[in-house]
Amino acid sequence: MATRAVVRKTHKLYIGGAFVRSESGRTFPLSSHGQVVQIARASRKDVRDAVRAARTAWPSWRDRSAYNRGQIVYRLAEIIESRRDQFVDTLRVTGSALGAAEKEVSAAIDRIVWYAGWCDKIEQLLSTKNPVGLSHFNVSSPEPTGVVGLVAPFEPGLIALISVVVPVLCGGNCAVVIASEREPLSAVAFAEAIVTADVPAGVVNILTGYRPETVPTLAGHMDVNALDLRIADEAQDAAAAQLACNNVKRVRRHGEPPNRFWYTGAAQGPDWIEAFMEIKTVWHPAGV
Amino acid sequence: MPARVVKKRRRKLAQSSRALGNGKRLKVEDSARLAVSLPSRPTWPYVPAPETHDYIKLAPRYELFVGGKWLTPKSDRHFASINPATEDVLTHVADASSEDVDGAVRAARVAYEKYWRRCPGRERAKYLYRIARAITERSRELAVLESLDTGKPIRESRDFDIPLAAAHFFYYAGWADKLEWAFPNMTPRPLGVAGQIIPWNFPLLMAAWKIAPALACGNTVVLKPAETTPLSALWLAEIIQHADLPPGVVNIITGGPETGAALVRQPQLDKIAFTGSTEVGKEIARECARLHRRVTLELGGKAANIVFDDAPIDQAIEGIINGIFFNQGHVCCAGSRLLVQESVLDLVVHKLSRRMQTLRVGQPLDKNTDVGAINSKAQLEKITALADTGEASGCTRYETKCALPARGFWFRPTFFTGVSLSHRIAQEEIFGPVLSVMTFRTPDEAVEKANNTKYGLSAGVWTDKGSKNFKIVSQLRAGVVWANTYNKFDPSSPFGGYKESGFGREGGVHGLLPYLER
Repeated sequence: MATRAVVRKTHKLYIGGAFVRSESGRTFPLSSHGQVVQIARASRKDVRDAVRAARTAWPSWRDRSAYNRGQIVYRLAEIIESRRDQFVDTLRVTGSALGAAEKEVSAAIDRIVWYAGWCDKIEQLLSTKNPVGLSHFNVSSPEPTGVVGLVAPFEPGLIALISVVVPVLCGGNCAVVIASEREPLSAVAFAEAIVTADVPAGVVNILTGYRPETVPTLAGHMDVNALDLRIADEAQDAAAAQLACNNVKRVRRHGEPPNRFWYTGAAQGPDWIEAFMEIKTVWHPAGV
Repeated sequence: MPARVVKKRRRKLAQSSRALGNGKRLKVEDSARLAVSLPSRPTWPYVPAPETHDYIKLAPRYELFVGGKWLTPKSDRHFASINPATEDVLTHVADASSEDVDGAVRAARVAYEKYWRRCPGRERAKYLYRIARAITERSRELAVLESLDTGKPIRESRDFDIPLAAAHFFYYAGWADKLEWAFPNMTPRPLGVAGQIIPWNFPLLMAAWKIAPALACGNTVVLKPAETTPLSALWLAEIIQHADLPPGVVNIITGGPETGAALVRQPQLDKIAFTGSTEVGKEIARECARLHRRVTLELGGKAANIVFDDAPIDQAIEGIINGIFFNQGHVCCAGSRLLVQESVLDLVVHKLSRRMQTLRVGQPLDKNTDVGAINSKAQLEKITALADTGEASGCTRYETKCALPARGFWFRPTFFTGVSLSHRIAQEEIFGPVLSVMTFRTPDEAVEKANNTKYGLSAGVWTDKGSKNFKIVSQLRAGVVWANTYNKFDPSSPFGGYKESGFGREGGVHGLLPYLER
């Protein structure tokens, strides 16, 4: 009897809530276990489409209650937990040992749960009522900055990706992510979890492809408000940071720390959310 | 939009304008008639009320304040600082070369390693308190000096710039020994040496905004005041010298754009803080990106001041006047775009033009002056050229009729009506007493128009309806929003922009972050 042929997956980009091929029609090969899979190779146009999708999605994401955002982020953890075998397998395809893959998926899920709780607390942590010396009521509180461009580190494929994307969502921003070109499969699996977790379309957009093609377009885009760059190549990193000045983007540059970093407490924190929030101060006269 | 909804909205608008106009819409002529029916009151001309300034003794020239000493610049070049209200030369100040910049940064580095980073917070606090006190003690002469050098009315330098500068030092003095309590789970550490570049609109106040939080957090600084307004910073250097701050903790170097560029490029700095135009800010940001250097920017603005038909109109008029004519409009957060709900446009424009006519433009040292001199010839030319584009693009110009002094740089308080979003006077920062008036019909349109700018520094909202106020305020993309007020500042209140107005906050607990390692 003939053995059953396995149904293989087409690995696509995730833009505006839809899985799409690159508009350029290109892919790049990724070999694993003697097998070659084709990964969508995002073009500059794909980057621009993703930014537009993120900008379109932003007002509704921003205006949701923090409680609702927290529930959606928590739901993301639920979905990944329920699919942990898939995530473990995906990591193993790109070379992780079983134990390491298990550990990475668990750490990623726990990090999402940790951030889910921050959604409705960050504002209280960063807000102040200011004792101004005038007869005015004066408060300062954080608001999302808007569309954030993220360049994920090459590795580790899942925990690093989640560590940079989730705090951006918690702050009420939308994200355009350039995923690792070395471990793109986790990014594709993550996109499938995002869509199942009811993260609204366009809030997270994930592109696979080569950094030299995608990063300059994202970094110089006039409708992106901020960048989180995790690029070890210093020249590429500096070039992106300089392009970011075209519209005065907020830029975080931390290179690519060693893999173990992503499992430490330093790889998460309210300051990761705050980095992509703006403090707004509101004055009103007090009197009768 | 379905026709039914449009009709309903129109009806609502008509109702609200009727409510204001006793059953019919108020027109300029109507309100003019109302004004005429008031009992006519006699008016008296103002007599001059000049602030004495003969006791202000300026040295014939000023050197660079580096390492606690006054050093002649390596170039031996000095340039004149003039009084923009008379064009008289006040004194000459040193033009720092890149060698001088290196020396200043070296002095700041030595001071950081040798004194300041080892100096306990409680001791740093006391030095800052000393500075705050000394500014207050010498507040009147500083105010006069500031008005002489900038052209701003003495009423503003005396009641706003100088007291607020002192208050900033006093506020941040108290943080110096409490940094551990400022942010949860954070061990506060200073960055090192900060280069700071400040603008000419509020010279002493901007120096205070920069120096006070930097020192409180344990950094040392090299400050470059603006080319046209260096004097109050040099007097601050004297105050700092008399306060016995360890030498080199604060270094003040004067010069033009080249001095600033040399400071930005200086390899030994840990941070640049810049306040100024968006154009220069982007260049500085690029340089800092290349050097992988920390930077915070407080850049330009084109704030919308939104007046709804249910606003307290007379208060709004005062807010509009304060918003655009405060400090001759040389204010990054100036309310330079007035958005008026269509139903009250005629009323607002009429009242505004009448109120503007009462503004006294003239000698900065006269205590009755409301609007002083434009800071420099170059700025006057820029304002004139931009205002001319308003007329060239078909907007209607209104300016006050006051007489202007023969010498010095002056510009009449001006507004334009018939402005649309695409006009240059609606998009570009004029940084002068020029207001662009636009209209809107619905709250959504107001928000859309207000946010239609690359800037995001500040905004104003005028309405007596609380829930509307909260909603609009939350939708405006700006770092400071004044609701039913405008241009209010306090050391405890963070200030800074969204979008191309920069990043980082100055003031309040948030103002510590730009000077702490994270």
